[in-house]
Amino acid sequence: MRKLTTLAGAATLAAGVAFSAMTAQAANEVLKIGFVGVTSGPAAAWGTSNVRSMQTRAEWINEMGGVKIGNTTYDVEIVTFDDQKDPKRAIAGMEKMAKEGIHYVVGPNVDDGAAAVRPVAEQNDIIYFPYAFPKELYTAPASNAVLGMIANYQSGPAIYKYLRDNKGVKKVAFVAANESDPLSQRDGGVAAAKALGLDVVSSNVTYQVDTTDFTPVLTPVLQKRPDLLVLSGVAPANAPQLIRSARELGYQGLISTETAQDATVLKEGAGDLANGFISVGGASTPEIASEKMKEFVTRYTKMFGEYNDESNTKVYALEYILETMKANPKAIDDVNEFKKTINTLSVPNIYMKGDSKLKYVGNSSFGQKRQIFVPMVVNEYRNGAFETLFIAEVD
Amino acid sequence: MEQIIVNGLYLGAQYALIALGLTLIFSLMNVLNFAHGQLYVIGGFVTYTVSVKLGMPYIVALISAGVSLAIIGAILEKFLFRPVIRKSVREESTMLLAAGVAFFLDALILLLFGEKQRGIPKIVNGVFNWDFRIIMPYDRILIGCLAVLFIVLFITYMQYSKTGRAMRALAQDKVAAQLMGVNVELYSMIGFALAAMLAGTVGGLLVSITGVNLGMGGPTSIKAFMMVMIGGAGVISGAIAGGFILGMLESIGLTVLSDFGDITYLVIFASLMVFLAIRPQGLMGKPWG
Repeated sequence: MRKLTTLAGAATLAAGVAFSAMTAQAANEVLKIGFVGVTSGPAAAWGTSNVRSMQTRAEWINEMGGVKIGNTTYDVEIVTFDDQKDPKRAIAGMEKMAKEGIHYVVGPNVDDGAAAVRPVAEQNDIIYFPYAFPKELYTAPASNAVLGMIANYQSGPAIYKYLRDNKGVKKVAFVAANESDPLSQRDGGVAAAKALGLDVVSSNVTYQVDTTDFTPVLTPVLQKRPDLLVLSGVAPANAPQLIRSARELGYQGLISTETAQDATVLKEGAGDLANGFISVGGASTPEIASEKMKEFVTRYTKMFGEYNDESNTKVYALEYILETMKANPKAIDDVNEFKKTINTLSVPNIYMKGDSKLKYVGNSSFGQKRQIFVPMVVNEYRNGAFETLFIAEVD
Repeated sequence: MEQIIVNGLYLGAQYALIALGLTLIFSLMNVLNFAHGQLYVIGGFVTYTVSVKLGMPYIVALISAGVSLAIIGAILEKFLFRPVIRKSVREESTMLLAAGVAFFLDALILLLFGEKQRGIPKIVNGVFNWDFRIIMPYDRILIGCLAVLFIVLFITYMQYSKTGRAMRALAQDKVAAQLMGVNVELYSMIGFALAAMLAGTVGGLLVSITGVNLGMGGPTSIKAFMMVMIGGAGVISGAIAGGFILGMLESIGLTVLSDFGDITYLVIFASLMVFLAIRPQGLMGKPWG
C-alpha cells in the first residue's frame, strides 16, 4: 500500500513538473501599456471609455494568443490610474507609470493634466497619447505627446463652415465651463467663427463645472438670439442639461460642440430635446465601420454592459502603439525608435472598410507628425442615436 | 426681473431641502456631515434605477429613494457615528469619519451605478411662458412645489409629532432631554435617517431635471454648508432661509454678472466672508452655539 502511495505521489509530482514546464513555455511575456486619465466625476465618461476600450482590445489580443513584436509574443496588460481630472494626480499617475518601467501611456484626457505630465514624460522616456488640445504639446521642441483625437481647432472651423454654408448660420454664441479646457476651446472656437465671418454675439458667459441648473446661465445668452449655440468643451454630463435648458427657454436654433458625446446620456438627460444636436463623433460610423469594429463594439458591450459611443475613437490609441512597435520592435523600450517610426508608419486600419491606413498626421497643425489619423466624423443626434452629418480628414 | 425671481425661488426651494438634512444632523449630533452630497447622489441613482431600469412609476422610485436613504442613514449612525461619538470627545473625529464616508460612498456609487450621467424622462411635459417675462418648464414648477411641500411637512413633523419634539429637545439640550426620558440613541438614529431621507428625496426629485452623476456629491455638500452658514448652523429656519438666499443670490448673480464671466460664486463667497466676519453665528444662529 505504501509503495502504491509513493508511486502515485511520484506520478503526481512528475505530472506537476511537466505541466509547469509546459505552462512556462506557453506563457507569453507581458507588455504593460499605461493609462492616466479621468475615470470619476462629471467627465468620467471620457476616461472610462478610454480605459475600457484599451481593456477590451487587450483582452481580445490576449485571447488570440498575444501580440508578436519582433520574435517575442506578448500579452498586453493595461495599467490604469484615475487622475480625477486633477493635474497633480495626473503627474503622480505618470510617475507611477515611470516607476513600473512603462514607456507608452494613453491619456490624460484634459488640457491641464496633459500639460502637467509633460516634464515627467520627457524625463522618463514616456510617449503619451493625450486627448487634449494645447498645440505646444505636439509642436517642436515637444516630441513625446501624440494627439489621440481630432482637436477642436480642426473640427470647429469645419463644423461652423458647414453650418454657415448649409444651414444659414450667421450669429454664434459660445458658452463654456469655467475651466481651462473649455475656456481654451471657446477661445479657439471664437477665433475660428470670426475668421469665417460669423457674428459672435456672446462669448463671455461661463458656468461652474458643478452647475446643476443651467436656466439662469443660458437666459442672458439666448436673449442675444444666436443661430448657433456652441457648448465649448462641454462634458458629457453637462451637455444634456444645457441642451434641455436652452430648448425649454424657447431656443430653436442649432446647438453644437467639438467634444465627443454619449448618445445614451443625451437620450436620458434631454430626450427628444437633443434632436439636432451636433457633435464630433467617433471615428467609425456605421457606414465605414469594418467587421472588426463591430466585433470590438460587441466585445466591449459584453464586458461592460453597455457601449460608449466615444470608444469609436478611443479604440485607436492602443492599436497605434502596438502597430508602431510591430513595425519597429526596437521601439518596445526605446522611445527614440518609436519617434522614428511615427514618420513612416502605414499599416491597414482594421476598424474601417476599404483601404484606410493607420498613419500619423499633424504636419499642418503642429509642423510634425504628432497626431493619430482618424476620420473626422461630425454627428447629429436624432432619436437616441447619432447620424453622420459629414466626414472630413486632417492631414 | 420676474425670471430672476422665479429662478431664485426654484433654486432656493431645492437648496433649502438639501440644507435641512445637513442642519438636522448638526443640531442633533454636532456632526458636520461631509457625506451629505453623496447621500443626495445615491437618492438620484436609486430613483433612476427604479424608474428607468426597473420600469416602475416615478412616485415609486421617489419613495424607494427616500426609504433606501433612511435605511442607509440609520446604518451610518448606528455603526459608524455612534461608536465614534461614544469613544471620542474630539469633534474632528466625526468630521474625519464623515469625510471618509464621503470618499467611501463615492467609490461605492462608481461601483454600483457607473460613471455616466444618468437622467429620467421628463415627468411633466410643456413649458409655462408668460409673455417671455417668465419661462418655466412645468416639471420645474412641479418639483419646486414638491420641495416646498416637503419643507412644510418636515417643519410640521418636527413641530407637532412626538418624535419631532424629542429631536428638538435633543438639539436644545442633550442632557436635559435625557433626564426627561428621551432615548438619545434612538432619536439620534431617527434624526440621521430623516436627514439622509431628505437628501435622497431631493436627489430623487432633481434627477428628473438635472440628472445625476458621480461628481455631484462634493459640490452639493459645499453648497449645503454655505446655506447652513448663512442661516445659522443647527437652526432649521436658518437652513431654509439660507437655501432661499443662496438660490436668489445665484439667480441674480448669473444674470447680472454674466458679462463679467463666472464670478457669481466668487462674489457670493466674498460676501459670505464679510457677512460671517460681522455675524459668525449666521442669520438665525445663537452667538453661543
